Amino acid sequence: MSLLTRQTKEKIVHFIFFLCGTVSIITTIGIVLVLASESLNFFSQVSLFDFLTDTQWTPLFADKHFGIWPLISGTFLTAAIAVAIALPTGLVVAIYLSEFANEKVRRSLKPLLEILAGVPTIIYGYFALLVLTPLLQTFIPELSGFNALSPGLVMGIMILPMVASLSEDALYSVPRSLREASYALGSSRLQMVFKVLLPAALGGITASFILAISRAVGETMIVTIAAGQQPELTLNPLKGVETMTAYIVQISLGDTPHGTLEYSTIFAVGSTLFLITLMLNFISIRIREKYRSTQT
Amino acid sequence: MKTGAATHASQFPWTDRAFQLLALLIISMAMLVLFTLIANIFLDGINRLNFSFLTSFPSRFANKAGIYSAWVGSAYLMILTGIFSVPLGVGAAIYLEEYAPKNRFTRIIELNIANLAGVPSVIYGLLGLQLFVRYAHLERSLISGALTMSLLILPIIIIASREAVKAIPKSIREAALALGATKSQVVFSQVLPVALPGIMTGCILAFSRAIGEAAPLITLGALTYIPFLPDGLLSPFTVLPIQAFNWISRPQEAFHENAAAAIMVLMIVLLLMNSFAIYLRYKFQKRYNF
Repeated sequence: MSLLTRQTKEKIVHFIFFLCGTVSIITTIGIVLVLASESLNFFSQVSLFDFLTDTQWTPLFADKHFGIWPLISGTFLTAAIAVAIALPTGLVVAIYLSEFANEKVRRSLKPLLEILAGVPTIIYGYFALLVLTPLLQTFIPELSGFNALSPGLVMGIMILPMVASLSEDALYSVPRSLREASYALGSSRLQMVFKVLLPAALGGITASFILAISRAVGETMIVTIAAGQQPELTLNPLKGVETMTAYIVQISLGDTPHGTLEYSTIFAVGSTLFLITLMLNFISIRIREKYRSTQT
Repeated sequence: MKTGAATHASQFPWTDRAFQLLALLIISMAMLVLFTLIANIFLDGINRLNFSFLTSFPSRFANKAGIYSAWVGSAYLMILTGIFSVPLGVGAAIYLEEYAPKNRFTRIIELNIANLAGVPSVIYGLLGLQLFVRYAHLERSLISGALTMSLLILPIIIIASREAVKAIPKSIREAALALGATKSQVVFSQVLPVALPGIMTGCILAFSRAIGEAAPLITLGALTYIPFLPDGLLSPFTVLPIQAFNWISRPQEAFHENAAAAIMVLMIVLLLMNSFAIYLRYKFQKRYNF
């Protein structure tokens, strides 16, 4: 009898832990359902063709246009600037930390870099708008108060530690024998890095790069504060743009009533953003896994 | 580990040294940005940071405005988020490490958590807006915010807790099982106590992410002007980053100073949280040296 209750107790505990484990699945299903249902609402009033081909995004104007491209171009312009900063510098830092720095230097530098990644994005936004933009304007007079350049640069600094840390993991997992074989053949450390280490760690490095791009695409507060709210189809980094995330915040700040077309636009934009980042994350995870299984 | 290469370094001194210089230059530049950022906020905000700033409600007069409702809102939100997210996250980690069979479903959960960790925070705001604010009729309240925030940091807590649980040697579990303990007894009396410092470190880091987040709460509809304290779970609220955002968006310089002062408070809180996490990690490393 007591054995039975003990067994039932075990089963209940097991079941509770199982439920905790499924919350993440429910979250994902929730995200997909919420985005899909409201987007369906949006696409019942705006054709998918217009959404993908119109070059103007003016849902709040009298003359309404619902072309997603200005928001996508704004997103990719700021993300591209960030990535152009973060990927090369992050990789150099990763190589330095994993191949050149001694243990003591590594141990003191890594927490410092982690601080950069832990600063709330609102602070970076403040810095981009009120410090970096005025500073850049002294060199580039035609730079607008809101522009893609300044938040892009700041975002680059923010994701640098992430690229450095993930790429370092990838470099670290390259077997030591490969390094030693290269040295035995007489290569310098840099030759070893470029001819042996980087090709061997390519998968992991690519995965970290893609994850960094995804992070930059989804970043919200920095671009909302410093990039502006002008959805324009432009690749000029000196002008103000609007990213997908900034648009969602802009509409959320206003009191847009539930059920209106404006309200469902943020879900259509959210779906686009979700699909893009999901794709990037998924590719990154798959590359990392494939790479991990081919090693050892 | 680079002893074998030491002789080579002297053979090719120039390029190797240039590369190291480049790396150090990049790191110094990044640190310079961090320093400039902190220095600027300090210089902008220090004049506004006083006791009445902490005990005043927002106002349309910059010199009378304060962050009373914002920091109280942040504190309430963090407590509630902790209550929801920690048991769920730790439970999920225990399930994945101790209970889950190695099958397709478990793989899907794991892949799913990795994916969720990369979903932009603003998407969680859309989820919360529809799920908690609309469907559950919780309105733009503290509890909607806390539930949304919990979902946002859940993947971080799960991943960190799994690491902590994974680090416990198998022998501890086997010893308990050999003495006749049931699986749940092993989990509650052996695994959890030993993993606790690691789990706490992970949770604090997750909270320090949450306390600086503004985007999901703005998307949820958290208001920017709250001249009162939240009086219950269903009360409207604001938090420090939203208050700071509101002041940054205004054109007047006086409000920018307020924003800087609010950010200083946020940074001090973060500093305390992270110091505590580092302290825990340090203590943990000392106590359990397997």
